[in-house]
Amino acid sequence: MSCCCKNTYDERKARLIEIAKNYKSTKGSLIAVLHEAQELYGYLPVEAQEIISEHYGVPMTEIYGVITFYGQFSLKEKGKYRISVCMGTACYVKGSGPLLDKFKEKLGINVGDCTPDKKFSLEACRCIGACGLAPVLTINKDVHGRLEPKDVDRILALYE
Amino acid sequence: MSTEYSLFMNDPDSVCEKQGEQMKTQQQLETIRRETLAVIGLRRAQAIIDGTTGTIAANGLSHIMVCAGTGCASSNSAAIIDEFNQQIVKHGLADRIAIVKCGCLGLCAQGPVVIIYPENCLYKMVQVADVAEIVEKHLLNGQPVQRIFGGHLDETEHPTEITKFFSNQMRVALKNCGLINPENIDEYIAFDGYKALAKALFAMTPAAVIEEISASGLRGRGGGGFPTGRKWQFAANSSASEKFVLCNADEGDPGAFMDRSVLEGDPHALIEAMILAGYAIGAHQGYVYVRIEYPIALERLSLAILQAKNYGLLGDNIMGSGFAFNLGIRLGAGAFVCGEETALIASIEGQRGTPRPRPPFPAIKGLWQKPTLINNVETYANIASIILRGSQWYSAFGTETSKGTKVFAVGGKINNTGLVEIPMGTTLREIIFDIGGGIPNGKQFKAAQTGGPSGGCIPAALLDTPMDYDSLIAIGSMMGSGGLIVMDEDTCMVDIAKFFLEFTVEESCGKCPPCRIGIKRMLEILERITNGEGKAGDIESLQELAEVIKSTSLCGLGQTAPNPVLSTLRFFRDEYEQHINDRKCVAKVCKQLINYRIIAETCKKCGLCAKFCPVGAISGDRERGYLIDTHKCVKCGVCIGKCPPKAIEIN
Repeated sequence: MSCCCKNTYDERKARLIEIAKNYKSTKGSLIAVLHEAQELYGYLPVEAQEIISEHYGVPMTEIYGVITFYGQFSLKEKGKYRISVCMGTACYVKGSGPLLDKFKEKLGINVGDCTPDKKFSLEACRCIGACGLAPVLTINKDVHGRLEPKDVDRILALYE
Repeated sequence: MSTEYSLFMNDPDSVCEKQGEQMKTQQQLETIRRETLAVIGLRRAQAIIDGTTGTIAANGLSHIMVCAGTGCASSNSAAIIDEFNQQIVKHGLADRIAIVKCGCLGLCAQGPVVIIYPENCLYKMVQVADVAEIVEKHLLNGQPVQRIFGGHLDETEHPTEITKFFSNQMRVALKNCGLINPENIDEYIAFDGYKALAKALFAMTPAAVIEEISASGLRGRGGGGFPTGRKWQFAANSSASEKFVLCNADEGDPGAFMDRSVLEGDPHALIEAMILAGYAIGAHQGYVYVRIEYPIALERLSLAILQAKNYGLLGDNIMGSGFAFNLGIRLGAGAFVCGEETALIASIEGQRGTPRPRPPFPAIKGLWQKPTLINNVETYANIASIILRGSQWYSAFGTETSKGTKVFAVGGKINNTGLVEIPMGTTLREIIFDIGGGIPNGKQFKAAQTGGPSGGCIPAALLDTPMDYDSLIAIGSMMGSGGLIVMDEDTCMVDIAKFFLEFTVEESCGKCPPCRIGIKRMLEILERITNGEGKAGDIESLQELAEVIKSTSLCGLGQTAPNPVLSTLRFFRDEYEQHINDRKCVAKVCKQLINYRIIAETCKKCGLCAKFCPVGAISGDRERGYLIDTHKCVKCGVCIGKCPPKAIEIN
């Protein structure tokens, strides 16, 4: 990836090495290390996995195995705004399916993908427990509830 | 020593001040209890708690509880708290009125919810703009703001939909949710918090604690319904020097959020129960496995653990008793199967969360191969009350084989979406119509789904089924963790079965073939049926696959995954047959089986439908009218939304 902020990259690397070393003595803490790495990078690129492997001391195969097992970990880069449409049962019976379809159509991407300008990425997520607001979605940390497909334009406009 | 009580302990500075405080003895806790109760006792109105009454301070003081659970917080209750604080300062009321952020009150559909004590009045759907009016009218002039007034919760003579929601409940596990500030340990202590722990540590043997839990008849609230006392006994029986106490807070059942509510609204109840469990089985370390999707719960639990440590309620010498117990948090990472106990253990160990065969059960070989006790959050939330008030008190509620109360997360097509706690054996009809306020928009009740992806549906004919473990199993559903999704006539039962199988296919860990391959095959059949390509013999294939998967899968996920299909087949077989034989979806959900049509008589020929159709499937002009080309139509529904005289129908 061509990126002008070389320093940021090195800082992230140094920070991840520190994280990996800190957790090394705590039994069973690989998942915690991965959470922190994802927080740092936004996803889990190969270079992050390599740093963890080297400094935390587990094989790459094991790291890859754990990452791909858990839905929260991503090998793909996410957009600046991460749209997660809740697919819990309460939201589903109240129409989160058509809502998700509308986002796919508007953004021209599938679930799990990111728009070419890296602005939006789209996910279908597990129940976030805000069933009183069904159907509900989150965009980064904002929660939007009681939505219909016709609200999609309005929601996207908030992030223009 | 000063135990000065502060309502503002949630501000980080005062938490830091508390750090480094000394271990509290039983007497010192008693002092905190007395002093805090003198301040917050005015909240102890009768209606929503279990019959106990506290002292009411009738000296013009008010507490305004603003729900800060996930539902209300999503509707911006934080801004409401800020506005209340500004308003009371503006009116010079800051010394008499306290604004308290509290856990979930359960009435999520009407959020953000505000309760004012001591009068115990509820305001619903409060907006920032309403706050000034509440302060001026209600607090200064004693006049309710009718527009958003939900009712006096103590008042029973003129019940409203909202007061009925509360008055028909019986709260044990959720007794403090909405009543205390979950970020303040003193408030938990005031309402008898950590009293059960003191009782156990100083007046009961570990065996007596287990005996009390066994006698209460409490069964696991996570889904299995295994007797809790027996589980504790198994773990206690082992003579190993190192044991673990785990809490399963990986609430994955979509639509169930009672565990989150306890973590967010009353985290100390969980901590106290886990220490009690440690004392009973002889363990000194516990872990709470929390799903990452619950950021607020995580934050409050972390803070609560820190506060408990500062009071010496976690640590090496709890209350000076010599008993040691420590508690840590482990994060989930989005895998439903980790709610299965052996998978959860693998995940805490930092591995892929795949289950392993049992026996050996975790009580013999669990975390790091040591004896391990695992209970769910709601199960733990009942423990302190049982120890404090006795097993007889607890077992007086419920039915013969299902004692106590159960929390249900009621959602879907129902007016009062939210959390309700009721004695076991309450009928589904009471939950949906008396507490839940019925079905919105005058629609007909069709079915309720309990037990999530592992459970089944209950049709209208069985509305009088008592909600307890055994009655639900008998009709092919299960309690599960207590998710209860209500469906109306617009829900297609084949589509719902497909929805649950999509979920389990996605969440199957892939270790055992019956689950990995079998459920996928069932899903493919359902996809064909809902696409209008069903054929004779499909139903029989589904049934056969279901039986094999149930009897041969390794863990609970696979063993129960076919239930939604079997249960919908049992009660709604005709819908499957209509899909297969008549290519018809009566609920008008399955897109391949429906057509859009313009009703010529109603059509005003305005042309809006043609203008907005995204695929150009509508042709015609303002003279002759319009027609939909069913081959081009993608059934997106845009035209229906645009048509002023509602002249477009679905066949």
